[in-house]
Amino acid sequence: METLPLISLVTFLPAIGAAVLLIFQRGSDAMAQQSARWLALLTTTATFLFSIPLLTGFDSADPGFQFVEDAKWLGGLSYRMGVDGISVFFVMLTTFLMPLVIAASWQVEHRVKEYMVAFLLLETLMIGVFTALDLILFYLFFEGGLIPMFLIIGIWGGKERIYAAFKFFLYTFFGSVLMLVAMIFMYAQAGTTCIAACPEGVTGLLDFAFSSETITLAGWSIPGGAQTLMWLAFFASFAVKLPMWPVHTWLPDAHVQAPTAGSVVLAAILLKMGGYGFLRFSLPMFPVASELMQDFVFLLSVVAIIYTSLVALMQEDIKKLIAYSSVAHMGFVTIGIFAANRQGVDGAIFQMLSHGFISGALFLCVGVIYDRMHTREIEAFGGLVVRMPVYALIFMLFTLGNVGLPGTSGFIGEFLTLAGVFQVNSWVAFFAATGVILSAAYALWLYRRVVFGDLIKQSLSQIQDMTAREKAIFAPLVVATILLGVYPSLVTDVIGASVQSLLSGYETALSEAATQIAQNR
Amino acid sequence: MTEIILLAPLFAAAIAGFGHRITGEKFALGLTTGVLIVICLLSWIVFFTLGEEVERITLFRWIDSGALVADWAIRLDRLTAVMLVVVTTVSALVHLYSWGYMDDDPNWKEGESYKPRFFAYLSFFTFAMLALVTADNLAQMFFGWEGVGLASYLLIGFYYRKPSANQAAIKAFIVNRVGDFGFALGIFGLFYMTDSIEFSTVFASAPELADKTMTFLSWEVPVLETLGILLFIGAMGKSAQFILHTWLPDAMEGPTPVSALIHAATMVTAGVFLVCRMSPLYEHAPVALGLVAVVGAFTAFFAATIGLVQNDIKRVIAYSTCSQLGYMFAAAGVGVYQAAMFHLFTHAFFKALLFLGAGSVITAMHHEQDMRKYGGLRNKIPMTYWTMMIGTLAITGVGIPLLTIFGAPIGLAGFVSKDAIIESTFAAETATGEFAFVLLVVAALMTSFYSWRLMFMTFFGEARGDAHAHEHAHESPSVMLIPLYVLAAGAALAGIFFFGGFVGEGWEEFWRGSIFIGAENEVLHHAHGVPLWVKLSPFVAMLLGLFIAWQFYIVNPDLPARLAANQRTLYLFLLNKWYVDEIYDAVFVRPAMWLGRLLWKRGDGGTIDGALNGLAYGVIPFLTRLAVRAQSGYLFHYAFAMIIGLGILITWFVMGGAG
Repeated sequence: METLPLISLVTFLPAIGAAVLLIFQRGSDAMAQQSARWLALLTTTATFLFSIPLLTGFDSADPGFQFVEDAKWLGGLSYRMGVDGISVFFVMLTTFLMPLVIAASWQVEHRVKEYMVAFLLLETLMIGVFTALDLILFYLFFEGGLIPMFLIIGIWGGKERIYAAFKFFLYTFFGSVLMLVAMIFMYAQAGTTCIAACPEGVTGLLDFAFSSETITLAGWSIPGGAQTLMWLAFFASFAVKLPMWPVHTWLPDAHVQAPTAGSVVLAAILLKMGGYGFLRFSLPMFPVASELMQDFVFLLSVVAIIYTSLVALMQEDIKKLIAYSSVAHMGFVTIGIFAANRQGVDGAIFQMLSHGFISGALFLCVGVIYDRMHTREIEAFGGLVVRMPVYALIFMLFTLGNVGLPGTSGFIGEFLTLAGVFQVNSWVAFFAATGVILSAAYALWLYRRVVFGDLIKQSLSQIQDMTAREKAIFAPLVVATILLGVYPSLVTDVIGASVQSLLSGYETALSEAATQIAQNR
Repeated sequence: MTEIILLAPLFAAAIAGFGHRITGEKFALGLTTGVLIVICLLSWIVFFTLGEEVERITLFRWIDSGALVADWAIRLDRLTAVMLVVVTTVSALVHLYSWGYMDDDPNWKEGESYKPRFFAYLSFFTFAMLALVTADNLAQMFFGWEGVGLASYLLIGFYYRKPSANQAAIKAFIVNRVGDFGFALGIFGLFYMTDSIEFSTVFASAPELADKTMTFLSWEVPVLETLGILLFIGAMGKSAQFILHTWLPDAMEGPTPVSALIHAATMVTAGVFLVCRMSPLYEHAPVALGLVAVVGAFTAFFAATIGLVQNDIKRVIAYSTCSQLGYMFAAAGVGVYQAAMFHLFTHAFFKALLFLGAGSVITAMHHEQDMRKYGGLRNKIPMTYWTMMIGTLAITGVGIPLLTIFGAPIGLAGFVSKDAIIESTFAAETATGEFAFVLLVVAALMTSFYSWRLMFMTFFGEARGDAHAHEHAHESPSVMLIPLYVLAAGAALAGIFFFGGFVGEGWEEFWRGSIFIGAENEVLHHAHGVPLWVKLSPFVAMLLGLFIAWQFYIVNPDLPARLAANQRTLYLFLLNKWYVDEIYDAVFVRPAMWLGRLLWKRGDGGTIDGALNGLAYGVIPFLTRLAVRAQSGYLFHYAFAMIIGLGILITWFVMGGAG
């Protein structure tokens, strides 16, 4: 194990696949297209297989980083990668979903090679975000991911793809610029860009105590000082990414315009970078600011849950409805993270994973009928169960997951976050729990309009049920959703130690800061 | 053995639901029904051989997050055992009955295979209900709670082509979710206060919490009272109590066996079970308990008033169910959980009987459900008539007052258990108890009226409606009649037979601590010695109801119409179910949709996009120019430009870092 750089292999294998495609693949005939598809599928599958040892070899009793690799890189910059309990499942989620995403893109005909290259590069960049243990490296992956996604929406998207692509890009990029400034400041303060598992004698950013002394800026007194400013800068980036209300409006457009596979990656993985960022940076590095901002985050999250659920209720486009429902579900994630207790954080991580499977599957469900009818209007469907019983069953399962029915993974995340936040602020639990009622309303109503009823529309009279390929894509997602719903300890056991250590660090930092303030007085 | 009872229906459901194409339809039906009959027998064995101690069987770990731990587990005590026999018995009989009832269903086209799906849903429901009653922690109970909700949703919407069925299914799910919202908050509150969601731990800490307060929302409130009310909100949803009752009558869209099993005998009693299971909490929460009594008694009265005028045979029975559930809550609310569970137990027999009997009438009348088109069916379907007669005698409470045999009152099941409730409310000697007593006696009169009205309109008088249908009305096959006989036997005898254990002097030996009764709570004891007029009042009310119904529907059949015309406002008020649905539509449904549209168009579209786009883009023409060129295939160039831009940023960063 020690000789094999597992993390780097998993991270860069897709990029190597992309390079192979770019360099060796010539021509654009059917033959070349087919081989591009197979190569991409092969690469992503291999990546998944190589990532399995990360989980099986993971020591869940160890709260620190494992499989750490470091190397000197250009200009004295250090290359440092590793996973801990918090990040390991995000890596797994990515490697698990990518082969399915590629398989779901089988019917793409337009510029197949470039399409596959974009997705493979995206996979490398996404895994990199979750494994990078160096600030600059993280930033590279985090921002780099924008480009392939921008291209995927902009080239393979729907009618309004250019507008959507630019909206996506500008929103996220705006947040990132602020984050970059904060990162530079962090480096100036700490003297290193190493996040954790640093060389001898260097205190990593995770353990560095950033000043939280109140400062005055242009006549404004800022409690939490530097921490608050940095927290806000990071928040700008992560809040857009997640997305949180009110900077969520890029998401429905991006989803509607993106091709099915793009939507799946966006909802299932890219959004999670925001939540991961809060867990990796905001909470441990700026604990004082995190506590100060707790109510602010709660407020935005609760508004997000209720607001976007109501908006979802009125959507006429299936994809848009699911996109809004995503925003509502991400509201639970931020609530859980900033509840900053065991159930809250466990719940937030679980909710992110579960949403990865469920929302990914829901977008795939839309893709199935879009491929057949080339429309996403709810009105255009109805009574699909008559001709598509298998589809009806699968769509039902994920609808139930989306409404958080116990027995599916969706329940565990919501239940834990709400149990967590109830201990901190029962108002938040109260309002967030209304989202559970609203989600049932919009999700079941959607299902009813699309699947139930009699099949009377002439256009649907010859629609075919799912093919073997489609069933094969859904099968792993079905298993994951139910398995994690019935036996969530598969996840909570592994993340437990790291979450506990994150939280005890957080508590310690808060009490130290409190003593500091008391002494200064 | 209990593991088999719990899990066998799940596997049967899975095999029938997913595998019927391989195994064949007959096998799927036979498997689910066979499994149910076996576990029904096992449940009765468990019931009669129950040990002294609470038995706990852990299957495997479910949720594990810090202190929040819940197992998939079985808690076996008397309360569980009672529910086991109720659920499996009715479920087994309904499975059997459905062989006949679901045959040649006219809602389906030729060649469509719907029966395995139906039986799979029934078995899945049974599993979820068993998971609910065997839970040893609140999370698993919530699993079962929502699981039965799912089964109910699927079965109400079983005829998926019918828009009304789909509508009713969604309504049931969402109204139940409103209740679950309260239930969930109650669970979180309990976890917050006791650091556990396991029953034994929670119950053990209840006495300490009795005088404590907690901060809920912004108020400092007594812990157990608050949590008791929150949990009761969950019970109100599932058991269709006033405010959250609207889904139950609509749920009659489902096939009739479903109404008998889920919406009469078992699922809707889950709320009563919850309150009884939580008796260690409620015994320390007098205010919450008072609320339970008031809501229960009011629902008993309210639903009965609506039942008086409904014309759909299933809706009459549905409102009757709603009303009878109110009786159970009233009993629990005055601290006599034993009587609540007793009525739950007997009600399962006679209400399932009435529903299945109604199903038999409906099949005989070619799926006509309007009682105005029935009449004179007594001789056409005699066995259905006689079994339903037993059910009616049971629900209206026919018996011989004041006489006892081996210490038990002599009468049909409803007589014994309902009188126990009414006497308890009187014996409570509290304001809520008196309120409940008055309403329940009045409701008993109305129960008698609407039940006899149903019988008279269906089986007596002239044949109304379609002559052809009447001519061809035929008795149901024996596969449907046998369940009726079994249930009729239960409806007749369950009261006398089980009185001594459930609410008689031997209750302590019977319940063995599975129901907690506070040291000062002696209501049940007092209930045995209430004054004579109290003992007689429900009986008199029953006779009065029968007499009025006799006058209205046998002696003067044109009287009801005259009265309805005379008291038009009142009649319409009752016929339209107190306009609760209309009020909800105006207060919740429409505003939610209006708000959703407003937030979408004005909020997202106008304000947020308007402001942020303006801010971010700065110059729209610039963007348009970009877009136009990008569209002509140059998008890669822009991506390339971005990479370069990013590269410059990074380089600057690195150089800055190095310097």
